[in-house]
Amino acid sequence: MAPSTSSTVTLNINGEKHTLSVDHRTTLLDALRERLDLTGTKKGCDQGQCGACTVLVDGRRSVSCLQLAVASDGREITTVEGVADGDRLHPVQQAFLDLDGFQCGYCTPGQICSAIAVIEEHAAGWPSAVTEDVRPDAGPPPLTPEEIKERMSGNLCRCGAYVQIAEAVARAAAETRSENRNETEGAAA
Amino acid sequence: MREFDYRRADDVSGAVALLGADPDARYLGGGTNLVDLMKTGVERPARLVDVRTLPLDRIEPADDGGLRIGATVTNSDLAAHPLVRDRYPALAQAVLAGASGQLRNMATVGGNLLQRTRCGYFTDVTRPCNKRVPGSGCPALTGEHHNHAVLGASDHCVAVHPSDMGVALAAFDAVVSYETADGPGELALADFYLPVGDTPHRETALPPGALVTGVTLPPLPVAARSRYRKVRERASYAFAIGSVAAALDVSDGVVRDARLAFGAVASRPWRARAAERVLTGAPATAEYFAAAADAELAAARPLPDNGYKVTLMRNLVVAVLSELAEEAAR
Amino acid sequence: MTTATTRPTAVTGAVGTAHTRVEGRDKVTGAARYAGEIPFADLAHGWLVLSTVARGRILSVDTASVLGMPGVLAVLHHGNAPRLDVDYVGMLGVPPDPTAAVFQNDRVPHAGWPVALVVAETPEQAREAAEALVVTYEEEPHDIGFHAGRPDAHPVDGHMPGVTEKGDLEAGFAASAHVVDAEYTTPEEHHAMMEPHAATALWDGGRLEVVDSNQGTTWVVDELVRMFQLEPSAVRVRSEHVGGGFGSKGVRAHQVSAVMAATLLQRPVRVVLTRRQMFSLTGHRSPTTQRVRLGADADGRLRALDHRSLSRTSTVWEFVEPSAGVARVMYDADAHRTANEVVRLDVPSPTWMRAPGEAPGSFALEAALDELAERCGVDPVELRLRNDPDRGPVSGLPFAGRDVAACFREGARRFGWAERDPRPGVRREGRWLLGTGTAAASFPAGALPSTAAVTAEADGTFTVRIAAADIGTGARTALTLVAADALRVEPDRVRVRIGDSDFGPAGIAGGSMGTRSWAWAVTAAVEELRERLVPGAPVPPEGITARSDTTAAVAGLAQKERHSFGAQFAEVAVDVTTGEVRVRRMLGIFSAGRIVNPLTARGQLVGGMVWGISMALHEEAVRDGASGGLYGPDLAGYHVATHADVPVVEADWLEGTPDPDDPVGIKGVGEIGIVGAAAAIANAVWHATGVRHRHLPIRPDRVLRAGGPRV
Repeated sequence: MAPSTSSTVTLNINGEKHTLSVDHRTTLLDALRERLDLTGTKKGCDQGQCGACTVLVDGRRSVSCLQLAVASDGREITTVEGVADGDRLHPVQQAFLDLDGFQCGYCTPGQICSAIAVIEEHAAGWPSAVTEDVRPDAGPPPLTPEEIKERMSGNLCRCGAYVQIAEAVARAAAETRSENRNETEGAAA
Repeated sequence: MREFDYRRADDVSGAVALLGADPDARYLGGGTNLVDLMKTGVERPARLVDVRTLPLDRIEPADDGGLRIGATVTNSDLAAHPLVRDRYPALAQAVLAGASGQLRNMATVGGNLLQRTRCGYFTDVTRPCNKRVPGSGCPALTGEHHNHAVLGASDHCVAVHPSDMGVALAAFDAVVSYETADGPGELALADFYLPVGDTPHRETALPPGALVTGVTLPPLPVAARSRYRKVRERASYAFAIGSVAAALDVSDGVVRDARLAFGAVASRPWRARAAERVLTGAPATAEYFAAAADAELAAARPLPDNGYKVTLMRNLVVAVLSELAEEAAR
Repeated sequence: MTTATTRPTAVTGAVGTAHTRVEGRDKVTGAARYAGEIPFADLAHGWLVLSTVARGRILSVDTASVLGMPGVLAVLHHGNAPRLDVDYVGMLGVPPDPTAAVFQNDRVPHAGWPVALVVAETPEQAREAAEALVVTYEEEPHDIGFHAGRPDAHPVDGHMPGVTEKGDLEAGFAASAHVVDAEYTTPEEHHAMMEPHAATALWDGGRLEVVDSNQGTTWVVDELVRMFQLEPSAVRVRSEHVGGGFGSKGVRAHQVSAVMAATLLQRPVRVVLTRRQMFSLTGHRSPTTQRVRLGADADGRLRALDHRSLSRTSTVWEFVEPSAGVARVMYDADAHRTANEVVRLDVPSPTWMRAPGEAPGSFALEAALDELAERCGVDPVELRLRNDPDRGPVSGLPFAGRDVAACFREGARRFGWAERDPRPGVRREGRWLLGTGTAAASFPAGALPSTAAVTAEADGTFTVRIAAADIGTGARTALTLVAADALRVEPDRVRVRIGDSDFGPAGIAGGSMGTRSWAWAVTAAVEELRERLVPGAPVPPEGITARSDTTAAVAGLAQKERHSFGAQFAEVAVDVTTGEVRVRRMLGIFSAGRIVNPLTARGQLVGGMVWGISMALHEEAVRDGASGGLYGPDLAGYHVATHADVPVVEADWLEGTPDPDDPVGIKGVGEIGIVGAAAAIANAVWHATGVRHRHLPIRPDRVLRAGGPRV
């Protein structure tokens, strides 16, 4: 097969399929922003050092600046534009809005995508670098402010809204837990 | 970034064939290091062979009680795996201490081992660097080097290996398996990274074109009582300035078995065998822990601005081993 | 026909009540578009090429081979770029920084100087061509050696006098019971806002349009008009959402080169800086070396104060980091000298960065005060209360409300300062040594002339138009509340439009002056509008618009020492065996005049304190002596605080003493939060360990070298 420098890919973004031809050099981030007009995902450093470009890829948070678009072919991608339920904000978005978990707003989409994943990762029992005992017998760690901050540390906020962001993540996590509980109880009934 | 060809491999032999003997081709895993290096111009591949979707994403217990970890297992899955957390807790801790949640979701085990140094001269293509351009010189020797190597370096390169995961793997006698066109092979982690010498651009003992397929951890009861401690210049999301992976088996106040490795002090994860020799059979006290650290650090050759690392590593060894000894006594 | 009337509902109280951001929903859903995100048909992409040498001359730019690369449209450089007029003084009172006025000659005055712009059809093509462009240089030896005692250091006036002096210093020190004489240093620091500088330029119907990310569209329009010698009415700059500024987002190489390329190609051209380029093209805070000498009586009352600060500028633009200025406001002594000196080196031009002068200056001065408290055996809070002047130490002017003492008393009460054991190095919790520290804060409350327009719409709503900038401060929301109160209507009937130079001249979002300046203009326009509205009369379809201009009012403001003040408190934990320092909690009590929106004001103050943590412990740009460039100029090499570095940080404020001469009452909260924060942390590190850290940041290697408690 002769070398080729571009490919046609299908990106499944927020439940919608987009087929486009991409220069192999194009990152997922640039494909979103420059090709698909999905500019909610931000470019802060383009080097995986700030987290502003965080999206969910197959349900897992990833930095889209270090992911090539061509390597994203066929994967399920969720951006900040796709986390709300119609007009109803995602609990994480609502908590950021209510508790002022941002200032300039540029890191915010990445923080929100990351926070959604943090809540899921924690619910799945994943330990973190500040989890005292990572052994499975120790059980899942409670989602303390310290745990939230460590897990969110891949998202820089130069405005320094960290205190309010951590509060927002805690509130959204508590809401998610109670929602899940209600669902479980509803199913049991 | 120049234009490049991109191929996605379906299986291991196909990946090796796609790469062939082309020196301008690279395997692409999670891309967290390679794509960054392509943006800074350090890497200019003509072809990428995407190996991320290869069926190497399993963590399986080996019959002998060890673990086999596929090369495309993500850092996140490695750290979350119950067997890793149970049998080799320091490995889970080391992985969790690295990078960020996002990067750990992307980065693979194979890529982590092969990641390049974060030395600022290496990543700046306008500066000399013997690792990037052999023979061009090493500005770190007389320039910025407060986070450079104190062990095993040479006049040609003082860069450090950035991996946290590798430090725990080094402590636990991991073996790296790989595939080439001529068939599979294995390298003990102790032999995986080459000494710096006058060839800092040659980093591993992998044959040309080899694809790392996995890492095997031997059964190691002592690893169940292990710990990773990392010191960095902010509380999270930063590379280490010094780290320790340690495992300790203590009974009746005496060290029966010990594993110790250092991070961020050398061109490779640094297995501290001299320290282990001092520890084995010694009383589990701070005094002997310090003596063990000193035995290892006797070989340190600090530069003007990184001598603090010798103090740091000594203190870290004593602190981490003391914590493990206290836990054992409980 | 409209049935709406001009009868406003009598509502007030929006100001002072917490309101979420009016653009908040757009920001949390990703709908808010920043400068580089507005789509344009036929858009071309520019990529800057920066010098690889620190000093010299460009010998050649090999455009031919690059012009043949796929998609490449043009290469601009000093050999073909239009000539700019740079012989002017702009609205901020300074000439343009030649770093922004690109491609005018072959001189290279620092590493990372813009030497060319490559324009191509796609960003990927532009990037590759920019990397491939071969530029040759005649290299000259460079000098970047910054240290105290340089013979070429000289005082510079800048925005304040370079030197102030009164009394006999040496006699004052000789007569003092206690003398502190110490040198403090702060490193080169970078703004590192999350949104990189980005601009799209295009000609539309004979008008130049620039969609940009800046701290003032008036500022950028003014500079572009002068540089390109255009009619002011022929240029429009828009800047709707701005991803942080902190002093760095004025006129930079990206706008100027984009305008050049758009003019040449007659199509829209976007230039976005890379994170690495930002480190040499967008300004920074100069490193400082500061000598502070304090002489005091046995009870800690100051007799002599000498604060000398040396900062660094480029060889092409003069900027002084006025760190000694803080002593002119905070402390008096019979013998009092302050000096801001500068040395010109082969480095990029520094610029304003959050609390210019006050941030590094308060670190040195407030750390020295802490050392004096130790010498005198006086509590650090009490020492500051004893040295609280009632008039400006240098100006002799009265203070328009100086509430330093009240801030300290309230802060000390809430922080639990009374229980503090003054001895250093005696509190341990596991591997951590614990300590607490405090410091004072101040920042000037200035105002810039602004114009505003307020329209009563036919549907009963109101539209405010002002060329304000919301760089994260919440300005859009604050002005909505201010306008609502002035109009006596609910905030949801007020729409505030900002970030467009066509709205008329306005001050910048900088110097903690934005909200104060704009609120003044908006209030004045509303007053004018209310006079013109006839109660009960219908509003015509085009609405009724009133305009204001505060130029005369700002100039006529009574001369006083106008500042925000505050007291900072910090608790730290230090592991002297690893060198790790963690801030455990911070409290800041401020007096900053009228607080418009408590929700966003708290964010500003806490954000400033987070900058203080970052400044105290993390931030340091390391310049490589051999190349003259930065080592690791990215967000992995230049550390700013992460989530995990930021503990419980509380900010609160006092009502403060109102100033009857001030028609606005707002003093600004953008900068005061960082002032004194690093000193409070450094002082707490001393209290934890017994070791004084006079060189920021307090990095693990420095803590390890300094050793453990001396107790």
